[in-house]
Amino acid sequence: MLEVKGLTVGVGEFLLSDFSLSIDDGECVALMGPSGCGKTTLMEAVCGLRSGGVLSGTILLGGVDITDLPPGARMIGLVPQDVALFPTLTVREQLEFGPKLHRWDRDEMRDRVEGLASELGLTGLMDRLPKGLSGGEARRVALGRALALRPRLLCLDEALTGLDEARHDEVLQVIREMIDREGVTALHVTHSRKEADAIADRVVVME
Amino acid sequence: MEFGENQRPWRVKPELPFLLFLIVVLIGYVGMLVLMVGANVLTVSWEDIGNVLRDADIQRSIKLTIVTCTATAILSVLVAVPLAYLLSRYQFRGRAFIDTILDIPILLPPLIVGLSLLILFNRVSPSTCCWMMAGGLCFAACVGFFWKNKGSDCSMIPRALLFIGGVFAVGALLMRGSGSVEEVTSGLGLPMTFHPLGIVLAQFPVAAAFAVRTMRTTFDQISPRYEEVAMTLGCHRGQAFTRVVLPLAGKGVVAAGTMAWARSLGEFGPVLIFAGATRGRTEVLATSVFLEINIGNLPGAAAISLLMILLAVVILMLVRFFVGKGGAI
Repeated sequence: MLEVKGLTVGVGEFLLSDFSLSIDDGECVALMGPSGCGKTTLMEAVCGLRSGGVLSGTILLGGVDITDLPPGARMIGLVPQDVALFPTLTVREQLEFGPKLHRWDRDEMRDRVEGLASELGLTGLMDRLPKGLSGGEARRVALGRALALRPRLLCLDEALTGLDEARHDEVLQVIREMIDREGVTALHVTHSRKEADAIADRVVVME
Repeated sequence: MEFGENQRPWRVKPELPFLLFLIVVLIGYVGMLVLMVGANVLTVSWEDIGNVLRDADIQRSIKLTIVTCTATAILSVLVAVPLAYLLSRYQFRGRAFIDTILDIPILLPPLIVGLSLLILFNRVSPSTCCWMMAGGLCFAACVGFFWKNKGSDCSMIPRALLFIGGVFAVGALLMRGSGSVEEVTSGLGLPMTFHPLGIVLAQFPVAAAFAVRTMRTTFDQISPRYEEVAMTLGCHRGQAFTRVVLPLAGKGVVAAGTMAWARSLGEFGPVLIFAGATRGRTEVLATSVFLEINIGNLPGAAAISLLMILLAVVILMLVRFFVGKGGAI
């Protein structure tokens, strides 16, 4: 369960003030709001990428206060808007990145990566570099990379922006299936009401 | 074509004059460069080039040039990579000031770089150097403590500055009465002033400044999002830097090294003042040209110049060949 209590975050001149949000275990919440209302700032604060900017409030994940934890210790998977696949790594290396860092057992890592690749339809793409992937494939790799470590929370920051309608719907369906299959709590930032209704159990609108 | 009541035909002037202007500027500048090289070529005969290549002093000069330029380039990259990363990724008070300081070697007349090194190594004691460093770092730490950035994640930096300042202060106390910096480095088996090692030191400030600029541009072009994603996957800053950013910056590192190497090749003023121009000892190709002109051997000087141009072109082409094949970006 994710609980954000009275969070105030300052980034430059921007201030996200006294924001609270609660997401149940396994629930997928879509976060909507006009541009500049602080959706991405909130998500970055939850992921620990704006730790210096958190002025007050607490973030609890699974009952643990993660407000001051470094990003890598929060057990949160992030799929950013620009996907940010590491350009020098193959699809396999992207999926193995987290498990290798955390020194997973070789067999366990192989099973996990092969399993994810199969579920995400990436089996035939494992030796490709990001520049050889289509937009939809890149999103699926980014999703697999974020899920590889079995995070407690999956954060999707406008992850479907820029896809054509067919790819958009296809990736949206894959995301929903993976969220259900992994049983992960998810926070999905989007501008699209249609997308929010399609993927989320609940929609939260920021003012 | 018919026009509405309030409509007028749109008229566009021909673009030929602008195109001509661009071509004239191109011909003017590139022509000047070609004429400069061409003038050298016309002054030199094959015999002059043969004489230069057979000269034992020039052969030593070529070797020393390649060794010192390579050492300076490696040293510059080792300094430029972390420094440029710091300036590219961290927001802190005084960053603009540090940026300006980093440009000083580029803006200063080369002779002053050499003269400053000469004074630093021969007129100042290590203790005084340490006190100056300690004072500067403590001041920077105080600025950091009392003038924090909103949203900055660099709260540990003032403490780190204070700690390093303290180390320098202890060093200053330990090195009281130890003579000049040159005496200390000579005692350690690393003589600098008027020695070959001094050439590297004389080339280093300007070469490193160019390398920092190149690396800074490289890091600025790499999205910080890569590091942020890597950090959510368990990397700390250092791991994100070595595993994600550095492989991406491969071409930039090679470009910075090349820039530093090429800059070192042409460095003359600081080398002359700090390392001297002793034949067969601290003579690099730039000083060889100077020495040949001094004895009135203009064709010899022109032949060495051509050699330097050739060396620079070969290095640039090699780097482009390898970077073109292996770079990530």
